[in-house]
Amino acid sequence: MAPEPTTLLQGTLDLLILKSLVAGEKHGLGISRRIEQITGGTFQVKPGSLFPALHRMEEEGWISAFWGDSENNRRAKYYRLTKAGQKQLEAETQRWTRISWAIARALEAS
Amino acid sequence: MPLLPIIRSFVRNLFRSRQVESDLDEEIRSHLEMLTEENIRAGMPPEEAQRAARIELGGMDQVKEQVREVQIGNWIHSVLSDCRFAFRQFRKHPGFTAVAVLTLAFGIGANSAVFNVVDGVLLHPLPYPESDQLVALWLDAPGAGGLASFSTGLQLSPSMYITFSDHNETFQSMGIWTSGRANVTGVAQPEEVRTKVISDGILQTLQVAPLLGRWFSASDQDPRASKSIMLSYGYWQRRFGGDPGIIGRTLQVDAQSREIVGVMPRDFRMVDQDFDLLIPMGVDRNNQKLAPFGYDGIARLKPGASLAQANADIARLVPVWMDSWSNGPGTNPHYYDVWRIAPNFHSLKQQVVGNISSVLWVVMSTVGVVLLIACTNIANLLLVRADSRQQELCVRAALGSSRGRIARELLVESMVLSLTGGVVGVAVAYAGLRLLAAAGPAGLPRLSEISLDARSLGFTFLLSVFSGLFFGSIPVWKYARASAFRVIHSTERTATTGRARQQSRNLLVVAQVAMALVLLVSAALMIRTFANLRKVEPGFWNPGSLQTLRISIPDTAISDPLLVTRTQHSIAEQIAAIPGVTTAAFASAVPMEDGDPNWDQIGVEGKSYEGGEPPLRMFNYISPGYFQAMGTRMIAGRDFTWADIYGLRPMVIVSENFARESWGSPAAAIGKRVRQFSNMPWQEVIGVVQDVRVHGVDKDAPPIIYWPAMLNDPYTTKPTIDGPRSATFAIRSDRAGEQSFIAQLQRAVWSVNSDLPLASIRTMQEIYGRSLERTSFTLVMLAIAGSMGLALSIIGIYGVISYAVSQRTREIGIRLALGAQKRELRWMFVRSALALAGLGIAVGLIAASAMVQFMKALLFGVSPLDPWTFIAVPLVLLAAAMLASHLPARRASSLDPMMALRCE
Repeated sequence: MAPEPTTLLQGTLDLLILKSLVAGEKHGLGISRRIEQITGGTFQVKPGSLFPALHRMEEEGWISAFWGDSENNRRAKYYRLTKAGQKQLEAETQRWTRISWAIARALEAS
Repeated sequence: MPLLPIIRSFVRNLFRSRQVESDLDEEIRSHLEMLTEENIRAGMPPEEAQRAARIELGGMDQVKEQVREVQIGNWIHSVLSDCRFAFRQFRKHPGFTAVAVLTLAFGIGANSAVFNVVDGVLLHPLPYPESDQLVALWLDAPGAGGLASFSTGLQLSPSMYITFSDHNETFQSMGIWTSGRANVTGVAQPEEVRTKVISDGILQTLQVAPLLGRWFSASDQDPRASKSIMLSYGYWQRRFGGDPGIIGRTLQVDAQSREIVGVMPRDFRMVDQDFDLLIPMGVDRNNQKLAPFGYDGIARLKPGASLAQANADIARLVPVWMDSWSNGPGTNPHYYDVWRIAPNFHSLKQQVVGNISSVLWVVMSTVGVVLLIACTNIANLLLVRADSRQQELCVRAALGSSRGRIARELLVESMVLSLTGGVVGVAVAYAGLRLLAAAGPAGLPRLSEISLDARSLGFTFLLSVFSGLFFGSIPVWKYARASAFRVIHSTERTATTGRARQQSRNLLVVAQVAMALVLLVSAALMIRTFANLRKVEPGFWNPGSLQTLRISIPDTAISDPLLVTRTQHSIAEQIAAIPGVTTAAFASAVPMEDGDPNWDQIGVEGKSYEGGEPPLRMFNYISPGYFQAMGTRMIAGRDFTWADIYGLRPMVIVSENFARESWGSPAAAIGKRVRQFSNMPWQEVIGVVQDVRVHGVDKDAPPIIYWPAMLNDPYTTKPTIDGPRSATFAIRSDRAGEQSFIAQLQRAVWSVNSDLPLASIRTMQEIYGRSLERTSFTLVMLAIAGSMGLALSIIGIYGVISYAVSQRTREIGIRLALGAQKRELRWMFVRSALALAGLGIAVGLIAASAMVQFMKALLFGVSPLDPWTFIAVPLVLLAAAMLASHLPARRASSLDPMMALRCE
């Protein structure tokens, strides 16, 4: 796999995870379902991509983790946005907006 | 990116990995369970719900592995697990591991030991602050004949020092110094100690603060001032047990009371020489002539000043010096113009390192080559091993293990091997250094102090890493590219398709043989050199039965020169009376003794000289019987007698080459006359003796003038008797070197004068051996390296051929079954070994003929391209190749064809 699309994809996944956590702390499955929901089912995040991303983002300090109880009283690992994560989300949002505007403009051109 | 959380995660991943792992496990597990519940809620039956959840998850272990790969510090874990794996592999193959580790340990250890010496001696030889500013004041004087010697140039005179240091613009400080010996008396046993007589400016130039007390002050350098002295650390410890209250005490040095003003620190040496006492020179500014030129000069450049600027600066001052001083009324101060004195300053480091550097670089590159050979051997072993693991590697590649992963594992294995080799190598280096300290030439300064320091350990580490990378990368390069396709391929196993694989091993063997050839050629050249040096007739015989010792009589002890000679005469007689002594005599110096030789202008009667001045000749003062004691042959005429000496008869003995040069033949020299200066009396030649190689066996014998042990001093206007106050006694006896004999010698000397210490008590063999030291040291090092190279190449050839035999077992079986002759089969394998060796020899010969040019300075009486060496060494290697391949070849030919075919 060439590096360029990976970064883009990775950036996208990071952005989606951060965005999904704005509404409040969630466990892995919750994040996955939330992303499905807010993207209208366009993105289905597989655990094989989700968990590495979560752990990486936790190590970068954008999200923090803690153990809590799930809806069904099951012990689950929850993630929440940190201050750094908030900043990162803003930066990513800006970047993404710029890119999508540029792509859209490019596609409209005749 | 915030640093703190990263460090926190790193530490947690590294040190609480169990916790991290169980957290991960629980997280994934709970995810799976939640997925299952979700599916049940969606109406699936429980079993199907679980199955669907597992499908969505995509395998717990895979997910966990993917998470692990992004974790910070993950690589450490995997490298550690690779290391554990490597260690397991090594435990499974102890033979391979032991051979590899030992080979590496010797290769790396030898390099560390030699690096240590090179580092100490060549790279950091001067333990002075900002030592790159230090300059050796070397003067060229092509017109001064032998006075400007090869080893020191023209030394400085005190008047030069005064002019140069007063008027220069490029130096911070400057001084002159000379080595001497002094008798310390007034204690239980008189002792002769090594002194450095130093002018003002020397300590300021070297910039090493005293350990105790103070430096000499300007007033200590006043020739009329009270006498002071400084001690070396070693002398202070040895003589005064390191007494801190020593400052202010007095010491009787050459019967002169001197006050101790300071002690220098432990590692302080006068440039590159050890000493016991520092004595102020006390240069008398009001009483100097242009001559004598007997002092070494050192100076410290001003910051930013270059050697070229310094040379120009002093070149300007040479005429000023000639204008400022004279050699006495009626002499021409610009006489020295014919000497063409010109500054050619060196950095002090270059001066100190001098000729030992060629030896060390040769030795360093030699051990480097040995390590290279060792590495190729190990690379070969690893290739063989990787070959036998090929199936495993291919299967793993097919199952998705990345090439990088396999490459890393192979590399980690090599690194573990080389680092283990490095650790053992440190022990080898330590032992090697002890050996070097015991056997190294005296020209290796501070060898006794050398220990394995941080830099050497760092070097060893780097060497290990690079060795590991070097021999590890070869199998990686060959096998990390293994594709799934190879799996199928390799199931054919012992088919003869291994040709490509064999090729890289063959290449390594060729390289090995080539390198071994270079080493062996160098070693053989040194052996030839050593043999040539041993064949040289030094001008004395049987140095093992010749005892030498030196006795100095300061004028403070006996002032009358006649009495000095009489004392020396009676010492010689007392010694001759000891049972077992054949002859005892003395001279101002014996051949090959260190110390600066004496030079005089010698004119031959009836001969005119270019420029009007006769050349300088080396001279020695001798007593009657000296030649007999040394075993130097009398070629014509006769020796001095004591009657000649006490009669102050104007006589001289000359060396054979001087006689031939001046009068054509030794016999013609007898009765001819020579003299020193035009206004001095002629001296008659009464004898001609064999040439003596006074500078060492590898240096040509200079023409020498032998003056009687006592004569009229030619330098004074009124005749005064003069003779050498420091004399080396030459004693011919079969008991030379025995402790009881030395005790008897001591008693004999003290029966004449109990205040005279005996110094430099050694046999002529020791002095002679020292002049061969550099050669024998290089020889020993090269011989060790050469034999290691040879042994490793034999192992290499053996390994490759026996592997080829094992790979071709089936083919051999078929050949035998079809009726191949055993001899032909054997020859087939031996031939392939010879082909490899031949190729290696061809490459090696080309490399060697280039490399030996660097050894030129070390060779004597043998050309770098010595035909015997270049014929004999390849033959030895071919024989070795034959031997190494013969064993596996025999094994191949003695195979049972049925067994060989069945082994599939």
